[in-house]
Amino acid sequence: MSEVKKFLYVNRKAPYGTIYAQESLEVVLIGAAFDQDVSMAFLDDGVFQLTKGQDTKEAGLKNFSPTFRALGDYEVTKLYVEQESLDERGLTLDDLQDIQYEDEDDDYAEKPSIIVVSRAGMADVMADQDVVLSF
Amino acid sequence: MKFGIVVSEGPYTHQASDSAYNFVKAALAKGHEVARVFFYHDGVNVGTRLSVPPQDDRQIQEQWTALAKEHDLDLVICIAAAQRRGLLDQNEADRQGKDANNIAEGFRISGLGQLIEMGIQCDRTITFGD
Repeated sequence: MSEVKKFLYVNRKAPYGTIYAQESLEVVLIGAAFDQDVSMAFLDDGVFQLTKGQDTKEAGLKNFSPTFRALGDYEVTKLYVEQESLDERGLTLDDLQDIQYEDEDDDYAEKPSIIVVSRAGMADVMADQDVVLSF
Repeated sequence: MKFGIVVSEGPYTHQASDSAYNFVKAALAKGHEVARVFFYHDGVNVGTRLSVPPQDDRQIQEQWTALAKEHDLDLVICIAAAQRRGLLDQNEADRQGKDANNIAEGFRISGLGQLIEMGIQCDRTITFGD
């Protein structure tokens, strides 16, 4: 398969409460093996997926949030986060995990994966994709 | 046009699988191709042959099975999602040491790679979900 398509995984739900976030991440990790141009989008309650300091012990659920920091190893390096969704929930970039990737085209310099975009900017990101999978 | 379909909600609780079914039927009637229907999240529950909905209601699984037979559709149930929710074919039942299988005719269990492959190969990937 030589064709490379632009895949966008849209995450709209809180990390816990439903399984969407966790099963979305499973698709992203499997999909990484297909060498496509992958981006992820976080909007609505989906922005909570990236928050730091998640502790699920008392809820008896699996804390899968560390996986986001490993995405760079899977060449998933574009995590678009919607500014308005952060604002509406009283969150800032400081509340989110520091997610980085090593840029192999720039002497493996560590660069941030999170890209904060406006709602209008997110629409542009979506319009630019070949395949949008929504979770 | 070549369509790939994702069904990401379970039957009856959500209308997603009904809408997907209606879309697939309409697309095929218009001469389009439906390369694959991929069932994910609770959508995998569409593929159990053990559901017994009331007689005066639609029979969602039977509708899909009939449509698949008529048009040689590829109905794929995600294995990871299926294992969580108790959907097994005989192969998986044997492998996991379970005493039963419950996959309906016309469905097959396979991996998430089939979803990505569908996205690569189809002109449009459409998700029916919540």
